[in-house]
Amino acid sequence: MRVLGISGSLRRDSHNTKLLRAAGELAEAEGAEFEVFDGLKAIPPYDEDDDVGDGPEAVARFREAIAGADALLFATPEYNASIPGVLKNAVDWASRPLATNVLRNKPVAVIGASTGMFGAVWAQAELRKVLGTAGARVIEVELAVGHAHEHLDESGRPDDPAQEEALLDSVRLLLGELVNAEVAA
Amino acid sequence: MSDTTTQQALPTGTWGADTVHSTVGFAVPYLAGTFQGTFSDFDARLSDGVLRGTAKVASVQVKDPNLEAHLQGPDFFDAERYPELSFEARDVSRSGDDLTISGELTLKGHTEQVEIEGHINDPAADPYGGERFGLQLETTVDRTKFGISWNNPLPSGDPALSNDVTIVVDLQLAKES
Repeated sequence: MRVLGISGSLRRDSHNTKLLRAAGELAEAEGAEFEVFDGLKAIPPYDEDDDVGDGPEAVARFREAIAGADALLFATPEYNASIPGVLKNAVDWASRPLATNVLRNKPVAVIGASTGMFGAVWAQAELRKVLGTAGARVIEVELAVGHAHEHLDESGRPDDPAQEEALLDSVRLLLGELVNAEVAA
Repeated sequence: MSDTTTQQALPTGTWGADTVHSTVGFAVPYLAGTFQGTFSDFDARLSDGVLRGTAKVASVQVKDPNLEAHLQGPDFFDAERYPELSFEARDVSRSGDDLTISGELTLKGHTEQVEIEGHINDPAADPYGGERFGLQLETTVDRTKFGISWNNPLPSGDPALSNDVTIVVDLQLAKES
């Protein structure tokens, strides 16, 4: 099982990227392969005029990475009560063409962290909505790490045992979806 | 209700849907009006007093291909995991040309009892040398009971899409035996 992690923050010391890496360690401990996508910054603004063939190189790479993964784990911060533009833009690219896009039926989970108290809950909710509209199989997981600068350790693990448990649950639910899908098939 | 009642309410024998001249669709209050769609790939059969119908959810048709893609996805019908919806009815009662049908609707892996109001046009000779009868059926279900709970709030905060969906079926069934 291959899981692709996608962080909505480009910042080098991003709390969400850290959280994602911590999730990745848990996923690997559960027997999955995990990789964090590192090409979000190179993806140009969506322009239908450029969306021909495989699209721009950075977009083609993103689409290939999604297509090659069995599941996606997003970690998003929140900008102005919503999804960071760079992440929304990347998902918009991935969602085209809608009827055959690489996100269709792909199991995805969304978690998030913010330096505010709410842990990016609105950005997470909107990202789930956007991914569902694109045709992804959005798994119901719940992890919103507020005051992330105080509550994530160096390795990205929440210091609150309940949130640490929620991180593990999120990973297990996402991987469990893949196991269920294999059984169903 | 007994099968005997069913036999009396619906014609005996085996009848299959003339799908070109039949329609399986749905109507749901959305924004300021009613949004409607149909399924192009379906089948229905009356045999031994049991009325059965199936539709491929991937054949959902609305007037926007992007919306069709959304409807086929996990937010709505989830065609990948639940490719077919089905209906089966054994209990049918008739008063004049009006029917009351009790049956089971299976959608997105959930099965619920449904009560259907209907109308029958009794068997008559068709221009092709056969015999056919008509059924017009309608029932309203709560889509959330079938795991279809997508919504999006309007600027007012009210949900854009109603939970109550009316399923509208108009069948012409031709005699097979």
